[in-house]
Amino acid sequence: MKARILGLAAFAACLVMPVYAAVALSEAAGSYTISPAGSSIRFSIGKAGGGGFDGAFSRFKGTIRIDNRDVGRSRVDLIIYPESVGTGQGRIDAFLRSDAVFDAANSPEIQFRSTSVTRTGDTTALVTGQLTARGKTFPEKFTAELGGLKGGTIKFHVTGKVLRSRYGMDVGTPLYSNVVDFDMTLTGRRG
Amino acid sequence: MQPSIANTSTRYGWAMIILHWLIGIIFIGQFALGFVMVRIESQRTSFELIQLHKSFGFLLLGLIILRIAWRLGNAAPALPASVGTLERRTAPLAHFALYAFQVALPLSGWALVSVSTLEIPTMPFNQFVMPNLPLAESDAAESFWSAAHWYLAYAGIALVALHIGAALRHHFLLRDNVLTRMITPSSGGE
Repeated sequence: MKARILGLAAFAACLVMPVYAAVALSEAAGSYTISPAGSSIRFSIGKAGGGGFDGAFSRFKGTIRIDNRDVGRSRVDLIIYPESVGTGQGRIDAFLRSDAVFDAANSPEIQFRSTSVTRTGDTTALVTGQLTARGKTFPEKFTAELGGLKGGTIKFHVTGKVLRSRYGMDVGTPLYSNVVDFDMTLTGRRG
Repeated sequence: MQPSIANTSTRYGWAMIILHWLIGIIFIGQFALGFVMVRIESQRTSFELIQLHKSFGFLLLGLIILRIAWRLGNAAPALPASVGTLERRTAPLAHFALYAFQVALPLSGWALVSVSTLEIPTMPFNQFVMPNLPLAESDAAESFWSAAHWYLAYAGIALVALHIGAALRHHFLLRDNVLTRMITPSSGGE
């Protein structure tokens, strides 16, 4: 379920330029390392009868590279460590880490590698990439919105939906939705 | 003659017989399922078995409500004349206790899922969302209802064992029709 991380990179590229009309692509271009301090990867899964449950991954790493000439060639790579999942309920965390869901012991990383970045607006972009979790890889899409670029720090807000059943994590459906909503804030520091 | 749906003064009708065996089999199955589901190693299988246990629990609750309604409108047949005074007095108590456990067990399970801080929804056989009982959720309440459900289950299965033992005693030692009349329905004439 969680895996997504997505690609923000792409959007970064895109975003950067437009909205911040003041931010020239040339200014945003470069490589950024995702900084856990200013970043968060949250997810939410709806429940039958209403409500849902929320969680977050506290450990992840990645890079965002914004191409100077062609936003479409920008890249985002992200690795999430499912062992770091937290929902505020210890028993649920243990369940998520177990082989019922992430099987964190045998699949310690969830990876996202962007394959394309398409600008969709002044500050938004669609990031497509390959998401790998529990040994299964599928294409996923995330929407990235540029939140700001200041002093070598770039920030994106990334959202997307992932179907968990494809990754061998269908346990609990239909009590819990197959759709996992990701909501991430990724802050990259140049360098 | 056609088998009768209703009880007579000496025999059970088929409605009561079917409800008896259906509830009996599910009840014992639920005990076995409950025992296994909390001991199994796979968290996924455990989760799925617990949902199945909840589904059958609600099925049981529905069947027992039907059974009690039917029983209230249909007096149970009298015991054979050969049954002694002591058993004539204690058997109704044992049967009342069996009914009480059939109601209390599913209700205590429903209370348990309602107060659990895991907030796992209940969908009997994935068909519809069963609302929770209006009880406050807390770890303490969950521990209480978990223990209550567990003790009731063990006491209930002990009572079922007593019930089965008594039925076998009637059949093999006393050689009366107490067991067979719960198998062959009345055909109206008796």
